[in-house]
Amino acid sequence: MELQAEVQGSLLVVTALEERIDAAGAIAFKERMRELTRAPTRRVVLDLSRVTFLDSSGLGAVVAVMKLLGPDRPLELAGLTPSVERVFRLTRMDSVFPIHADIDASLRHAV
Amino acid sequence: MPSDDSAPDGLRLTIPADGEGVRAALGALFDTLMLRALPEATRGTAELVLAEVLNNIVEHACAPDGGEIELMLSLADGALTCQIVDRGHPMPGGALPVGRLPPLDPANLPEGGFGWYLIRSLSEELRYERKADSNRLTFRVPAQPDTKQTRL
Repeated sequence: MELQAEVQGSLLVVTALEERIDAAGAIAFKERMRELTRAPTRRVVLDLSRVTFLDSSGLGAVVAVMKLLGPDRPLELAGLTPSVERVFRLTRMDSVFPIHADIDASLRHAV
Repeated sequence: MPSDDSAPDGLRLTIPADGEGVRAALGALFDTLMLRALPEATRGTAELVLAEVLNNIVEHACAPDGGEIELMLSLADGALTCQIVDRGHPMPGGALPVGRLPPLDPANLPEGGFGWYLIRSLSEELRYERKADSNRLTFRVPAQPDTKQTRL
């Protein structure tokens, strides 16, 4: 699972560079996110704009990352493509994560 | 990909029952002429339902020994009919899970249990049969015009 991390002030932006977060890649995604989010930034935003396929295992991995970040640093999401957005909406997980239209919107958003 | 002469507008595929096998099969299937012809919304739904069904077989029916999964897909009136067969363990209780959405307790968010909910939400005429030593699941993914994609 290829992920790219960039710190911008108090914000850590992680960009998923692969098109799929699926059952075959869910564990690797979670482990890589665990390493990358050790950087003690105040906020973490996951850029999903390149991800066109997310299954329930991928969703579970995103939820697991939210949980390992703890209550003071909720995982924020940005750039959901229509098929990924639908999985979040159908499972009501869109009510759990702060979701931004894109990374620029997340930068403007003050928490 | 092997084709079945007796089934026009159909696809037949046997894959290894493991995570990489599922990923490769979905990639191959959704690159076929038949599935490329579907509207994008229907394709997206079909890929998600098939992924959930196949992942369940890999993680439950065929775990831990692996095995093979046979897929038969046919297209009629824009709807995709799927028949999936494996020789793994039977469904517990001989029936499909109800597939209720797990409660979203903010103090302990669920990391799983969404698969059957998604399958049931997005498919029609879902049927399960245990025959001899094999599981046979059939379902239909209805035709969806692309304009409805964002409000399914």
